[in-house]
Amino acid sequence: MTANEAAIKTNGHEPSYLEYKGKHTGILGWILSTDHKRIGLLYLISLSLFFLVGVTFGFLMRLELIAPGRTIMDAQTYNSFFTLHGVIMIFLFVIPGIPAVFGNFFLPILIGAKDVAFPRINLMSWYLYVIGGLLAVVAILLPGGPTDTGWTFYVPYSIRTNTNVMIALFAAFILGFSSILTGLNFVTTVHRLRAPGMTWFKMPLSIWSLYATAWVQVLATPIIGITLLLVAVERWLGVGIFDPALGGDPVLYQHLFWIYSHPAVYIMILPAMGVVSEIIPVFARRTIFGYKFIAFSSIAIALFGSLVWAHHMFTVGMSDTGQFIFSLLTMLVAIPSAIKVFNWVATLYKGSIDLSTPLLFVLAFIFLFTIGGLTGVMQGVLSIDIQIHDTSFIVAHFHYVMFGGTGFGFFAAMHYWFPKMFGRMYNRKLAKTYFWLLFVGFNFLYFPMFIMGWLGMPRRYYDYLPEFHSYHLISTIGSWILVAGVLLMVYNMYHSVRKGKIVTEKNIWGGETLEWQIETPPIHENFYDIPVIETDPYQYKMNDEKFEKEVIS
Amino acid sequence: MEKHDYYHEHSHSYAIYILVWLALMALTAITVAVAGMDIGRFTVATALIIASFKAYLVLSIFMHLRSETRTFVVFVIVSLLFLGISFVLLFSDYSFH
Amino acid sequence: MSSTEPIAGTHVHRDDVGSRMGMWLFLFTELILFGGMFLLYSVYRFQYADEFHLAAKELNTIMGALNTAVLLTSSMTIALSIVAIQRGQKDLSVILQIITIVLALFFLVNKYFEWTAKFHHGIYPGGEELLAKSSGEILFFGLYYVMTGLHGVHVVIGMFLIAVMTRQTRTGTINKDSYVRLENAGLYWHLVDIIWIFLFPLFYLIT
Repeated sequence: MTANEAAIKTNGHEPSYLEYKGKHTGILGWILSTDHKRIGLLYLISLSLFFLVGVTFGFLMRLELIAPGRTIMDAQTYNSFFTLHGVIMIFLFVIPGIPAVFGNFFLPILIGAKDVAFPRINLMSWYLYVIGGLLAVVAILLPGGPTDTGWTFYVPYSIRTNTNVMIALFAAFILGFSSILTGLNFVTTVHRLRAPGMTWFKMPLSIWSLYATAWVQVLATPIIGITLLLVAVERWLGVGIFDPALGGDPVLYQHLFWIYSHPAVYIMILPAMGVVSEIIPVFARRTIFGYKFIAFSSIAIALFGSLVWAHHMFTVGMSDTGQFIFSLLTMLVAIPSAIKVFNWVATLYKGSIDLSTPLLFVLAFIFLFTIGGLTGVMQGVLSIDIQIHDTSFIVAHFHYVMFGGTGFGFFAAMHYWFPKMFGRMYNRKLAKTYFWLLFVGFNFLYFPMFIMGWLGMPRRYYDYLPEFHSYHLISTIGSWILVAGVLLMVYNMYHSVRKGKIVTEKNIWGGETLEWQIETPPIHENFYDIPVIETDPYQYKMNDEKFEKEVIS
Repeated sequence: MEKHDYYHEHSHSYAIYILVWLALMALTAITVAVAGMDIGRFTVATALIIASFKAYLVLSIFMHLRSETRTFVVFVIVSLLFLGISFVLLFSDYSFH
Repeated sequence: MSSTEPIAGTHVHRDDVGSRMGMWLFLFTELILFGGMFLLYSVYRFQYADEFHLAAKELNTIMGALNTAVLLTSSMTIALSIVAIQRGQKDLSVILQIITIVLALFFLVNKYFEWTAKFHHGIYPGGEELLAKSSGEILFFGLYYVMTGLHGVHVVIGMFLIAVMTRQTRTGTINKDSYVRLENAGLYWHLVDIIWIFLFPLFYLIT
């Protein structure tokens, strides 16, 4: 009999996806697997490695900035470091992040499907991700030196600099392709593979988020594709499309760049918001408040997010009319995000709160994202932005939303779904410890940047005036606390995958969505039989009331 | 999901494709002719309108969009809207320089 | 024959509508890839209207129109090849696909002659003749080469795709009951055609 049949004989049920023996075995069984769960784990491993590289660059940058003047590196190196920190964190961690790991692993399960619509394309997405990532690393090592343009590759400097820009551009292009394929896979999967009875409004909210994200990935990414391609062509052939010496318009480059890169931040945040919408009902034991509002707000964020890009360009010489219009639109985009926050808080109100680690990360998300979001609205005000554009205020803002938001959302998802993915539990006490290290470290690291940015500290500056020293000092110490938290977290995750307490129960948290009704870890095809859906997700209060009625009467 | 029957039954005639081809060729000829005439700014607008109509014919007949479910049509509209909005907002900057 | 039921005896998940949906989504990315360049074109055209008008005179309208006709015809032939396979007329389908590839080749050869004629006159990125011209003209030709060049790359990819389909039609992998791949290759080809439908007037007919 096959290994799978043997497993059934021993355990009474099919082997988990971790033990399943398909066409290939051993390491090939993983890197040639089209199983969405294994691909999710492949992403998790590669993503974590790139994340740690990105953290290292950030850590070293903060070391340099602990005191004015040169500390451990020269200015050119510093320029490369902030470029690489940005490129790696944005393109290799935050953008793929939650969709690539948790979207891949759980989207099919949450809609009652056996896999995504195009499993082989899914695997190809991962290969492209790895190739793109390796190219980015290669760009660091080859002669010519690591790129020093900033992750934004602004022209004309990106056309002139002698560092390894071409490779970095090529890496970003390939990563974009990976993102596009994941996007079109998810859109098709949601349209075509929902289980019988799962109408659009019976889908879990994380699916709405992933769906909206997937559309942005499909529509917006090609713009950065062509923009970066044009810079490469410009460098290679001198065509003159962006080069001002040949009549090109560098501001036009910025427009095209941000037409993608602004929607990109919604690619980053929407899935994290989806995770929050999944976790709160479970740990407040209440039906989510305002399901349709949250669902539609995901679509609204994707839509409005495409209308605001030039708020990154208020100081570069746009027309006044253009500035007014984009400032107004920027105000609008905050509304659907705020609607989500209100609904989450309303769900928590009078709920039966279980302060387990997933919820701690979610509460941190709400707090940090709100700060990040509100400072974003501030930046949308033209008169304020003239003052704070290109200062560390901006740096603080986007770290609050991208790291405090998406980052903590990623950690929340990790601590929520870990038992289901691996059939083991992590050390929960340790988790709470490093949660606080992360939260406290984060705020010490980034909050001073708001203040010093307001007072005039420029961003991407390797040196600074003595009046900013104490803020930088606090910030760097904050980075040490944060990194300590990160290291403990990585240790906890890695150790627990291999040696954590074994979990076999299907529903360790008491969730209501489909992943908590299947085996832990899931079998190869997720379900023995495709479920037929009859209820809305998150039906806590209803179930509790029903229970009360039955017991009392 | 019964639309696929309609999809298949209605695609079995060669004639419609040849007719559309004739229309496309005629429209191309008209575009070239109009370009030769001197009607100032309207030349480009006319050329683009005709091009859009040609694209519509290719989309709906050659690419079978008219036989697919409405979802596909919504998809196409959403994508075109994305481009269109980018265009309009881009010009909110450039038209006022 | 339903496109969503499995072939008798096997337990294969097959979803032709989903397959086409994925292809359409991919086509949107191609549309927007070129769309980005159309955005660039429109801004520069707005800013350098007269110079674009002047530069466009260097292009050969007849060649452009001929290429347009060639591509439109190739769109028809690939569409007809699908009708043929739906009717089980395998050989006709193969012939139509081959004609499509030949027409594509003709398009590329035309392009080659067009481009080399320009190069001969020093009108190429970095060329002396071009650099002596005004900014608007340099931008026009920069856009011309990049847009028609990238389009040409897609023509080559399309030819390759259709060639694969031709082989699969001949071996019977693509047949009357299973031809969604050919449809998808056709969709790709039609997009290549649509892009040219817009490139043609914007570069050749603004004189």
